[in-house]
Amino acid sequence: MFAAGTESAGWFLEHAWLIPLIPAVAFFLIIGVGKRLPRGGSEIGIASMLASLVIAAGTAYQWIQRVDAPVAEGELGLSRASAGFGRVVSEKVATEGHEVLPVINSWNWFDIGGLKVSIGSHIDGLAVTLLLLVAFISTLVQIYSTEYVRGDRRYTHFFASITLFSAGMLTMVLAPNMVQFILGWEIMGLCSFLLIGHWWEQKANSEAALKAFWTVRVGDMGLLVGTAALLSVFGTLEISEINEKAANFAGDNKGMLMFAAVALFIACIGKSGQFPLHTWLPDAMAGPTPVSSLLHSSTMVVAGVFLVARLYPVFHVGLDINIAGQDFNLIAVIGGITILIAAGLAFVQDDIKKVLAYSTVSQLGYMMLGLGVGAWTGAVFHIFTHAFFKCALFLCAGSIAHTGSHHSFDMKTDMGGLRKKMPVTFGVWMVSTAALCGVPFFSGFFSKDEIIDSAKYNDYKLFYFVAIIGAAMTAAYMTRATYLTFFGKARGGAAHFVHGDDALATNAHDAHTVDAHAADAHGHDDHHAPAHHSAPLPFAKSDSSWQITIPLIILGVLAVVSGYLNAPALGIHWFEHMTESSIGSGTAMSVPPPPKFTWAAAAPGLLLVALGFVVSLALCKAVFGEKKNALQGLTQRNVLLGAGHKFLVNKYYLDALYEKVIVHSIAHPISRVVYWTNQNILDGMVNAVGKGGKRSGEFVYKYLDQGLVDGAVNGSGATARGAGTALQPVQSGKVNLYGALLFGAAAVGALVLVLVNS
Amino acid sequence: MLINQFLILGAVLFCIGVYGVIVRKNAVLVLMSIELILNSVNINLLAFDRLWGGQVDGNVFALYIIAIAAAEVGVGLAMVLLIFRNRKTIALDDLSEMKG
Amino acid sequence: MLASEVQVAQNIGFGIIAAIMILGAINVVRSSNVVHAALSLVAVMGGAAAQYLLLAAEFVAVTQVLVYIGAVMVLFLFGVMLTRAKLGKDVDLNNRGGALIGVPVALLLLGVMSYVLIKGFEDTKLDPDLPPTSTAAVSDAIFSVYAVPFWALSFVLLAAVIGAIVLARKD
Repeated sequence: MFAAGTESAGWFLEHAWLIPLIPAVAFFLIIGVGKRLPRGGSEIGIASMLASLVIAAGTAYQWIQRVDAPVAEGELGLSRASAGFGRVVSEKVATEGHEVLPVINSWNWFDIGGLKVSIGSHIDGLAVTLLLLVAFISTLVQIYSTEYVRGDRRYTHFFASITLFSAGMLTMVLAPNMVQFILGWEIMGLCSFLLIGHWWEQKANSEAALKAFWTVRVGDMGLLVGTAALLSVFGTLEISEINEKAANFAGDNKGMLMFAAVALFIACIGKSGQFPLHTWLPDAMAGPTPVSSLLHSSTMVVAGVFLVARLYPVFHVGLDINIAGQDFNLIAVIGGITILIAAGLAFVQDDIKKVLAYSTVSQLGYMMLGLGVGAWTGAVFHIFTHAFFKCALFLCAGSIAHTGSHHSFDMKTDMGGLRKKMPVTFGVWMVSTAALCGVPFFSGFFSKDEIIDSAKYNDYKLFYFVAIIGAAMTAAYMTRATYLTFFGKARGGAAHFVHGDDALATNAHDAHTVDAHAADAHGHDDHHAPAHHSAPLPFAKSDSSWQITIPLIILGVLAVVSGYLNAPALGIHWFEHMTESSIGSGTAMSVPPPPKFTWAAAAPGLLLVALGFVVSLALCKAVFGEKKNALQGLTQRNVLLGAGHKFLVNKYYLDALYEKVIVHSIAHPISRVVYWTNQNILDGMVNAVGKGGKRSGEFVYKYLDQGLVDGAVNGSGATARGAGTALQPVQSGKVNLYGALLFGAAAVGALVLVLVNS
Repeated sequence: MLINQFLILGAVLFCIGVYGVIVRKNAVLVLMSIELILNSVNINLLAFDRLWGGQVDGNVFALYIIAIAAAEVGVGLAMVLLIFRNRKTIALDDLSEMKG
Repeated sequence: MLASEVQVAQNIGFGIIAAIMILGAINVVRSSNVVHAALSLVAVMGGAAAQYLLLAAEFVAVTQVLVYIGAVMVLFLFGVMLTRAKLGKDVDLNNRGGALIGVPVALLLLGVMSYVLIKGFEDTKLDPDLPPTSTAAVSDAIFSVYAVPFWALSFVLLAAVIGAIVLARKD
C-alpha cells in the first residue's frame, strides 16, 4: 500500500542493503577472531547467512505484497526525496499496466566530474529472486561444509572466503548502478580464485584457480568497456535509468548501443562459461565440492545470465532480439553452441564432478539461449530451479566422495553400486537428475520447457532443435553418470565401502593410508586428525552425516517443488507475475509473452529425452556391464570412433588452442622482446650511465682534480717558491746590497714625494 | 754666494758617498764612504743655518754629528777588528753567511 | 774691498775647494789603494772645514779639523793597518757588478736632489752682512736648549769608548 510521495515501502524493502552487509561484516569477523572460536569461525559464517536469509525472506514477502497491492490512482512521476545523508529514495507511483516499480535506496558514494555514483539497493522481482536464492543456497552449503571440510588445514579461511563470496554476490544482485555491480562481480571473481585454489599446495589446483581467474578476466574487459559505452550512450550508470532509456531508445547511436551490448555479453561469456571461454569451469572442479556447488553451479556462474537479465532492454534493443524476421542473434548462437559442445564433452568424463561441470555449462547455455530468444521469464526461472537441482547434484557428489568412494571422484575406478548403502544420496541424486533432464512435473521441466517453447514460438526454429537435442544429450550423459555411480558392481573405493565392515562404514576412511589419496587429481584435505564424524540420519545409517544429508534432502525437495511456482502446464504463472516488471518495456522493445503450453508442443522434446535415456541405459549396460560384448573397447578398436573419442577427451583441443597457440604465441614473443629490452635497453642504459660515470670520474680526476685543482695548488706553491727565489737575492747577506736598497728606496721615495707635491 | 752652491755640493758628496757604500767591498772603505755622507750633511746643515741667520741650531747639530760620527767610527772599527780577528777577512761579500 | 768683490773671492775660493773635495771624494770610492783612499778622505774633510769657514761657522770648522781629521782619520788609518789592508794596489776592493747598481742609485738620488734644490732655492743668496756665528752663542745653545742631547751624547761617547775597548781587547 503506498501512495505518491515518500511513504516507506516496507521495512525489509527499505533495509535490503543489510543483506550483503551482514556477510561482509562477518567476513572481517571470521578473519579476525575465527581461529579462536570453538568451531573455527563457521558459527559466524552460518549465523550471518541465516540473518541474510531472514532479511531476504522478509524482502521477498514484502515484494510479493507490493506486487499484489491494488493499483493506486495517481500520476506517473518520479519523486526522489532526499532522506538525509545524501540518501535518496525513489518512489514512483504505479500506473496502468501493472508495472510494479522497483524500490531503490541509494546513498551518494562518490562524485567524479559531475557523475554521481551511488551505493545502495535496487529491489525488484529479479533481485528478490536472486537474493533469496543466494542466501538460501549459501546457508545450506555452509552447513554442509562444516562436515565436508572438517579438519581442513585452512578451515577458517574457507569459511571467510565463502562468506565474502556471498557478500559479493549479494552486493551485485541488488546493485542500483553499474559501479556497485562491477564491485560485486569482482569480489566474486576474487573469491572464486581463492576457493578454487583452496588446496593450492597441489600445483594442478593453483593452476586451475589461475586459469579461472584469467579466463574470466578476459571477459571482464568487456564489462568495463561495455559500462563505459553505456555511460557514453545514456549518460548515467544507474541501472533503472539505463533500462528505461534503452527500452524507449530513439537515439541515432544504435551502433554504440549494440557495441555496449556485445561488450557486456563478452563479460557474460567469461563469467557464465559460454563458448569460447568455457574452459575454466571444468578445471574449477579442483576446488572443494561445496565451492563447486555454490559458486560454480548455482550462483556465481549465473552472474552473467543475471547481467543480461538485469540490463535486458540494453540487449534486447541493442541486439534486435525478437525483431521480426531475425533468425539468430549473438546471445542465442553462443547459448546454442554452448549447449551442444558441453553436452558432448560430458559423455567422455570419468570424473563425476566434471560431468556435472559440463552439465552446468550446458544448462547455462540454455539460460543464455532463453534470453536470446526472448524467453526472459523462462531463463530467469531456469536460474531459480537449476540452482536447486544442480547444487543438490554437486552436494551428492561430495557426499559420495566423503563417504562412499574414499575421496575419489573417479566414477570408473572408485564408484559403482552405491545406491543401497547411500539411500538419501541416491534418492536426492535421482530426483535432481530427473529435474535436470526435464522429466515432467519435476522443477526443471517447467523452466526448460518454457525456453524450448519460446524458441519455437518466437521464430528461432534452429535453436528449438538445438535445445531439444541438447535435452536428449542431457538425459543420455546423466544416465551414464548415474549408472556408473550407483549401479553395477562396486569398484575400488566404493568396493571398500560397500563390502567393508558395516560398523566402520562411516568411519572407514579414517584407517586409510595417505597413498589412497595421493593419486587423486583433486587435492584433498589432509585427514591426519579427523574428529569423529557426526551422526548420520537415523533412517540412513550408512550414508553421510546429517550436516550433509539434511541439506541434500532440502534441496531434493526443492528440486521437485520449486518448479510449481511457475508451471505453464498447470496454468500457474505466479513467478512470472512477480518478476515481469523487471523485464522492461518501452517504445523500442516488446518482449513477447511466454507461449501457451500445450502437451502437443512439448511432446517432441519429451520423446527425445526418453529416447536419450533408453539408448544411454542400453549402452551403459552393454559397455560397463559384466557380460562381454562387442561394444566394449569399441573406441580403441575403431579408428573413426577412436578419433572422435579422442577429440572429445581433449575438449575439442580448445585448451590446447588457447594455452599453447594463443597464449604461447603472444606471451613468448612478448617475453623475448621484453627480455631483450631489459638486457639491452634498460640494462644498457644503466651500464652506460655507469660507464659514463666512471669516465667522467676519470676525466674529473685527470683534468680537474690533478690538472686544475692540484695545478692551482701546485701553482700557488710554485709561485710562492718562485717569488721567494726571486726575492732571495735581496737577502743576500751583502751589506753593500742592503745599503743600495736602502738608498735606492729613499731615492724612489723622494722622487715620489717630489712628483706628488709638484 | 748662492745657497745652492753649498747644497748641491752637499748633494754631490752625498751621492758619491752612496756610491761608495754600494761599491766598496772593504768594510773600512765602506765606513769611510759613510763619513763622506755625514760630512755632506754637515755642509747642508751649516748652509741652512747661514741662510736663516739669527740661529745657531745648525751649528749645534753639526757639532753633535761630528761627535756621533766619532763614536760610531770608534765602535765600528772595533767591530771590524773583531771580525778580522775571527774571519781573517773584512771583504763584505766573504762575510756573508747566506746561502744564496 | 767692495762687498761684491768679497763675494767674488769667496766664490772662487768655494769653487776651488769644492773641486778638491769632489775629486777627493771620487778618489775615496774609486781608489784601488786603501791608504790613498784614506788620505783622500782627509783632503775631503779639510775641504769641508774650509767650507765651514766660508759659511762663517768657525767653531765647527775647528772642531772638524780637530776631531774628524785629527782623531777619526787616525782611527781609520789604524783600522787599515790592523786589518792588514794590502799596501799598494789592491785589485779586490770593489764589488763585482757594484757599479751596476751603484751608479743608477747615485744618479737617481743626485737627480732628485738637484732638481729639488734648484727648483726650491733658485737664486737664494746668502746674506753677506751677517756676522759670523759666535761661539758663545753656540755654547749657550748647547748647554741650555740642547742640554739633554748633550748629556745623551756624553753617554753615547762613554758607551762607545767602553764598547770599543770591550770589543777590541784581546784576552
